[in-house]
Amino acid sequence: MKKPFAITLDPGSSLHNHTGSWRTQRPTYVDRLPPCNATCPAGEDVQRWLYHAEAGDYRAAWEAILDDNPLPAVMGRACYHTCEGACNRAQLDEAVGIHAVERFLGDLAIREGWPAPAPAAATGKRVLVVGAGPSGLAAAYHLARLGHDVTIRDAMPRAGGMMRYGIPRYRLPREIVDAEIERIVTMGVRLELGVRVDDLPAAMRDGGFDACFAAVGAHLAKRVDIPAADAGKILDAIGLLRQVEGLGDAPLLGRRVVVYGGGNTALDVARTAKRLGATDAVIVYRRTQAQMPAHEDELREALEEGVLVRWLSTVKEMGEGELTIEKMTLGADGKPVPTGELETIAGDTLVLALGQAVDLTPLRAVPGVRFTPDGSVEVGPDLMTGYPGLFCGGDMVPADRTITVAVGHGKKAARHIDAYLRGGAYEPAAKHAPAGFDRLNTWYYVDADRTVQPQLEMARRVGTFAEVHGGLDETTALFEARRCLSCGNCFECDNCFGVCPDNAVIKLGPGKRFRFDLDFCKGCGVCARECPCGAIEMVAEEI
Amino acid sequence: MSSQRIKFYQTGTFTVGNRLLDDSHRTVQASMTRANALTSGHRACQGCGEALGARYVLDTAMRATGGNLIAVNATGCLEVFTTPSPETAWQLPWLHSLFGNAAAVATGVAAAMRVKGKGTRVIAQGGDGGTTDIGFGCLSGMFERNDDVLYVCYDNEGYMNTGVQRSSATPPAARTATTPAVGAEPGNPFGTGKSLPLLAMAHRLPYVATASVFDLHDLEAKVTRAMGFGGARYLHVFVPCPLGWGFATDRTIELARLAAECGLFPLFEAIDGEVTSSTPIRRRVPVDAYLRAQKRFAHLFDGDQADPVVVRLQALADDNIRRFKLVDGAGGRP
Repeated sequence: MKKPFAITLDPGSSLHNHTGSWRTQRPTYVDRLPPCNATCPAGEDVQRWLYHAEAGDYRAAWEAILDDNPLPAVMGRACYHTCEGACNRAQLDEAVGIHAVERFLGDLAIREGWPAPAPAAATGKRVLVVGAGPSGLAAAYHLARLGHDVTIRDAMPRAGGMMRYGIPRYRLPREIVDAEIERIVTMGVRLELGVRVDDLPAAMRDGGFDACFAAVGAHLAKRVDIPAADAGKILDAIGLLRQVEGLGDAPLLGRRVVVYGGGNTALDVARTAKRLGATDAVIVYRRTQAQMPAHEDELREALEEGVLVRWLSTVKEMGEGELTIEKMTLGADGKPVPTGELETIAGDTLVLALGQAVDLTPLRAVPGVRFTPDGSVEVGPDLMTGYPGLFCGGDMVPADRTITVAVGHGKKAARHIDAYLRGGAYEPAAKHAPAGFDRLNTWYYVDADRTVQPQLEMARRVGTFAEVHGGLDETTALFEARRCLSCGNCFECDNCFGVCPDNAVIKLGPGKRFRFDLDFCKGCGVCARECPCGAIEMVAEEI
Repeated sequence: MSSQRIKFYQTGTFTVGNRLLDDSHRTVQASMTRANALTSGHRACQGCGEALGARYVLDTAMRATGGNLIAVNATGCLEVFTTPSPETAWQLPWLHSLFGNAAAVATGVAAAMRVKGKGTRVIAQGGDGGTTDIGFGCLSGMFERNDDVLYVCYDNEGYMNTGVQRSSATPPAARTATTPAVGAEPGNPFGTGKSLPLLAMAHRLPYVATASVFDLHDLEAKVTRAMGFGGARYLHVFVPCPLGWGFATDRTIELARLAAECGLFPLFEAIDGEVTSSTPIRRRVPVDAYLRAQKRFAHLFDGDQADPVVVRLQALADDNIRRFKLVDGAGGRP
């Protein structure tokens, strides 16, 4: 080519100069396990469903919850949300109100009538689920999704287990429970109610079931002997809560109700008593508030409603219209020690809320099944008992007795049962490294205080069983979802793409994230430093 | 504040993009079709703030002018690292003449473009050396004639290309090769230097602004605004230099952020010689946080005692905060 005067070279582009050769460390995109996901007993991928909710795609968000948990509307109300206790945003302002968003999505799905996902092709395998509580329902749902033929049997006249006969309706309205159970039944799960299973191997054999998941819960009230003038004035908590749900006679509580125990059930009973017209509801607990197993929020709400608590006290005797209690003191080991100091308090009825035991009758005679010393069923990491094909979960096995743990057991059991039926073993995917707060570049996140859920006014709270907490509306739920920091996982903020001085980050388009152009990346690390959520790591090059 | 803040969710407009915002609220840099006027393969140091600033400014100006743009460059890092013969990293028409005459050349290019009548706009750019020292005579002339040029100064506070010598934009107390950290008053003496944005305002330019690489939305809004004016305009962009200032290469944006948030580098706009708006500090920090991160200020922190010089620098920052109203309300201490 003829060049102009004094020009001897063609202009070349700097793209010939591969500055990637300067690099001693390379940026790498990573995915990390956010604390919400890590702590969810039901194994929900909280961050993933919030991601969809942030964009207003509520259907996708709800379906993402359903991958792990078939009861979002129930869960958004009755779960004690360990996710929020672990949320990194708490170190910035306040934790994301995950449960409130979950409840919004669950309620929206009920209102819109969104169906559960279609089951996979039928496998021809039959599974018996014993117990229609959260654990049994979750197992049935996941097994049905995997294409198995599922029958649930439950001794009670209605399904739901502790969701119906334990948790009071001011915390969990029954139409919500009904709607979420109905959705599972619609998938083709058979529900046989009022049927008690006493011999599991026989039931499996007679019904032609290939496997069984038993989750009958823990509903035998633990008792202590308390001398009483009239034994009829002493009730147990579970029996009472069942009566309130219409099983047997209506409860006769009297005006002054004393509840003995310090767990969530004790608070449920005390708050229920108030709603049934009791003027006084007093909880007697032998330790201090710090040791109370009940959830902090539940205690606060009970106190708001006028429930009284006698800390460091035990019940000695039940008389006519009054009880004798003994004051305790905390010993050096933190255990309560009697002081011998007695006191009389007014009380027409005493309700024992001292915990529940598992009814092991259906499992006693099953060959190979073993029990723990405290009366739970021993299971392996796959939730299978010593009897082949018989799995157990929920309150029956050693674990925290919460609805979320129960749902988590249901999912876990379903995956292992599925593998068992296919003649293999289920291997859970390896977990990512944790996404800690120290990995975040928090400057980029907008200040946004947590949304407060509406609460029923006090007069209506103590007078009726109407739900105490209201839900979020779309605006507030969207706001709350958008408070998520997306810890440890790229949310496509374009920061790496923008801040690279070498134009060495390639944007792949919406939903496809980014790629590093290692021909030009000099390894300065600005992208990793400026990533808000800590999804880029610098890795030393082998030189 | 020149850019509209979208505040109500997740990262709002603090990040480069945001999938939750509609396109009009995302930056040019977030776009897959940005011009990349300064492309890969250039020879700037790792973590170069100036390379980043130049791409930000020119990509924005390219969008604002529909790509009808010519750039004129002064001598300096930016010129050297982009155009080692026979290569160029520029993806727009680009000229370099001498260290001190970029403004004058731009004036000539603007005149030629006016004659050609295609509406081509002109940007002149240089570092702080080529702007505040060597090219200041030509620049002042371009200003007073009100030639239709946007002059952009990428300020890294010294002559970095030639070995980190002091310029008239070097801050007080900073150590450079020509202001060593020795003697009774180590580093660059207090009472020297000048503020080019204020000098530009004294020329009563239609538009003067300061910007920084850490606040991209603000920077892009200012470039876009500048391209909406005719006549002489001046933009002063703060671009940290890992090499000359002595900090790790991954902290470029962070240093720019700290400089603004401590008050030492105020972000503001001025129209016809009057300050019309300033970008408020989001999370105010003491100057310590900014200074300690840099080796050029290390001599202020090597003793057991707090160096009184830090107090003097804090006073400068406080003065900026008061003068440019960088903190809402009473302008309280950090």
